[in-house]
Amino acid sequence: MKPAPFDYVRPSSLAEVCEILAADEDARIIAGGQTLIPMLAMRLARPAKLVDILRLKELHGIRTEADAVVIGAVTRQVEVERSEIVRRSLPLLTKALPWVGHPPTRNRGTVGGSIANADPSAEIPLVAVTLGAEIEIANPSDRMRMPADEFFIGPMLTSVMPGDCVCAVRFPVWTHERVGTGFHEVSARQSDFAFVAAAAQVALDDAGRCVEATLGLGGVGDRAIRIDVAPLIGAAPARAAITEVVRAATADLEASSDLHATADYRRRVAVTLGTRAVEDAFADAASRNGALQ
Amino acid sequence: MKVKLTINGREREADVEPRKTLLDTLREDFLLFGSHAGCEHGVCGACTVLIDGEPSRSCLMFAVQADGYDITTIEGLAPAPGELSVVQDAFCETHGLQCGYCTPGMILAGHALLERNDSPSREDIVEAISGNICRCTGYGQIVEAIEFAANRLRKANTPRGGRT
Repeated sequence: MKPAPFDYVRPSSLAEVCEILAADEDARIIAGGQTLIPMLAMRLARPAKLVDILRLKELHGIRTEADAVVIGAVTRQVEVERSEIVRRSLPLLTKALPWVGHPPTRNRGTVGGSIANADPSAEIPLVAVTLGAEIEIANPSDRMRMPADEFFIGPMLTSVMPGDCVCAVRFPVWTHERVGTGFHEVSARQSDFAFVAAAAQVALDDAGRCVEATLGLGGVGDRAIRIDVAPLIGAAPARAAITEVVRAATADLEASSDLHATADYRRRVAVTLGTRAVEDAFADAASRNGALQ
Repeated sequence: MKVKLTINGREREADVEPRKTLLDTLREDFLLFGSHAGCEHGVCGACTVLIDGEPSRSCLMFAVQADGYDITTIEGLAPAPGELSVVQDAFCETHGLQCGYCTPGMILAGHALLERNDSPSREDIVEAISGNICRCTGYGQIVEAIEFAANRLRKANTPRGGRT
């Protein structure tokens, strides 16, 4: 369990990071290292150079912008978990974070690392897809934003090109009067990889009718996906109705099979957890009497 | 590469290869064998140390990444040679260990929890040690040890913690 030799550099600016990555195709970014280091230890990855971005201040922090909360790539997961801004504006992310790894890995693991790693069962990518977040990416010549559902393209696969660096994730904040969230997950052990995870957010009007709803599923197929739950909008649906909408929306869902869970099982659980997440979100929204801040 | 670390309150320096983990550096360069090498890929928690007060896996960090950080190992908890910290003592009293392999990690995880939260619920304790595997005790006495330590610390007439 010893990694192969590599060079280590800790640049002092994002521009320098991009230059190093552009100059050396065997260079890889390291931030929290909670996934990369095991891969190095097992020699599943053997980069020639590690570029440490963890201490870059320009990639760190949680800030509020108009209708969005922007979380810097090297912001540690524990900081997001304990953030007052996130709790008030992105309650879905606050709900999902306790499911990310264990406390010691959340102390070191970063938001950008989880996004760039693109594990199909990871919770932060799931919330990003569910809420329609945008990923900010830098390369030597450009800085761009990419919608999360274009960013994630498969298991551990993203649209990031060699030489690109994920800088931040921009999560939209809903401005409706009453917003509620729900998050459910099933795995073999607490904090293990999810077989299925479901994240939902809904907004209600004064009469309790749904004005906006989103549901995302992770762990089911090769990446987190957003499910079309538009039929919920305009109604104050009961459980049976929610189940029907989720069932219909997941009817042709692509699910993967492995040693732990079959595709059939994943599809079945997706309906159950999806329904529960949406139900929780409705109950949560109904109990609120003020918009997210 | 040269690294400077503050280990248990003392400034130390070592010259390490970039691929050397913080765990191996603590054990081989500083002869601090209390941090145990278990799975060496971030699953078992036996190598847990506190980095700036927060439990972290020392096998999932290279020593070069830790340059300048404040590191506490199990050797740094006791108030004086030959003594035990309250949490260490609680583990002895409640039989919170058997073979002892996971114990340094468990104690540091418990210690960090009690620095933040002086009245943790059972669920808080279980969550705090959820990243540490024990194959002897069945966890019951470990949870009990941390509850016991929390109780003692609450009654101790000394200011502590304040971390959030």
